[in-house]
Amino acid sequence: MTGLITPVRGLLGARARTYREHLDTVGPLPAVGAEQLVQLVAAAGLTGRGGAGFPSARKLAAVGSRRSPVVVANGAEGEPASSKDRALLIHTPHLVLDGLVLAARAVGCRTAYVYAPESVLDSSIRPALTQRRDRLTITPVPSADTFISGQETAVVAAVQGLRPVPTSTPPPIYVKGVKGRATLVHNVETLAQVALIARYGATWFRERGTDDDPGTRLLTLSGAVARPNVYEVAGGTTLGEAISAAGGALEPIQAVLVGGYHGGWVPWTAHAAQCPLTRTGLSAYEAHPGAGILVALPARRCGLKAAAGLATYLAGQNAGQCGPCRNGLPALAGHLQDLVQRRSPAHNHEEILRLVGTVDGRGACHHPTGTTRMIRTALRTFRNEVELHVAGACTELQGSRKGA
Amino acid sequence: MGTTLLIDWTRCEGRGLCAELLPEVLTTDDWGYPLSIREDRSLEVPPRARRYAEEAIRECPRLALRLLDS
Repeated sequence: MTGLITPVRGLLGARARTYREHLDTVGPLPAVGAEQLVQLVAAAGLTGRGGAGFPSARKLAAVGSRRSPVVVANGAEGEPASSKDRALLIHTPHLVLDGLVLAARAVGCRTAYVYAPESVLDSSIRPALTQRRDRLTITPVPSADTFISGQETAVVAAVQGLRPVPTSTPPPIYVKGVKGRATLVHNVETLAQVALIARYGATWFRERGTDDDPGTRLLTLSGAVARPNVYEVAGGTTLGEAISAAGGALEPIQAVLVGGYHGGWVPWTAHAAQCPLTRTGLSAYEAHPGAGILVALPARRCGLKAAAGLATYLAGQNAGQCGPCRNGLPALAGHLQDLVQRRSPAHNHEEILRLVGTVDGRGACHHPTGTTRMIRTALRTFRNEVELHVAGACTELQGSRKGA
Repeated sequence: MGTTLLIDWTRCEGRGLCAELLPEVLTTDDWGYPLSIREDRSLEVPPRARRYAEEAIRECPRLALRLLDS
């Protein structure tokens, strides 16, 4: 696939400030045909890096079969615990733009957008666009600083100048999106990978990772780890290896929030540490890698308090559109806070379980479902903490430490 | 082959008419919004209840309901 250019080692090996530097680092953008690109991406086994993990080639093919489609690079990253999209857009803007150009070419589109926070557009994307000559109109669209602004239908709304909140499906956006046109929304990391796969090939991509999770992926590690940061790891990396990549735990930890605020709380055990960060690898914990977010929770902290904090934030981030979410999430957060404060703890615990069962799956987007998953896994992972609270105690209260 | 009730949650205001007309499928939650009566929360409409589902769709003041045949 390549001439004299040596393939870079993954996304973070492709850092470049200018277009010139970018071309020197990764080589020119090859003239890959539409069908060829879809085949390459399919052979690579690339999956979406925005959270849902859908096969990227299938998305390309679905939109490519329709008339005058629209392509959007999604870098909204509404997850407070994620910073990998920002890192990628700041350090490798041209790789993302290359991916956008390739995706547009593959689906036969002449209208493309980069959807990202204004600060990122200003410092990185707009300057990058002035350095390139693409036969494609790329319009930067500022994303809102809200949790759900990156949800696909919210992205479609934002690009049309509407309030960035999810809309009801079906029809899916690959049938009817921006101005009624078929729309492809790819996460910026996914597009950057497409740009590397087009240059170096599917076999190169599969040199790292596993059959189940080929290539590399970006992780944002935070919480009680020695070096919180964005890391690029091979697919199939285990939870334990990921924590080690960030320098290991700073102090004893009890659990890791995997997949972000819509993810699952995984107990920090020998078994969990050996689980690959994949959908199948984490299924025993009802967790998924999502957008590659890991937050380590210290053993001295109350897990219920941490979960209640997230639930309160997520309840406040509901768009106010769908009844089950608008009513259910604040109620759930309230019961969780009451449980944390040990007000009628047994009753509140039962109410949380009941409401989780009724709110789940009922809304235009995944916000209620993701939030109930986080709460359900918290109650399971921190069940000792639930018992402590029912008994009127809490890990964070002096003299009532677990096992004491 | 099955028929599923689709609820446009962005339109629904929990008026509750659908749950009255279609108790074979729906009840209401704490706030009056439609909720599946089933354990798995499926909104599948049994053939015998189809005409009531169609009535619920017609009567919904928010035009928030649809049927999806698959």
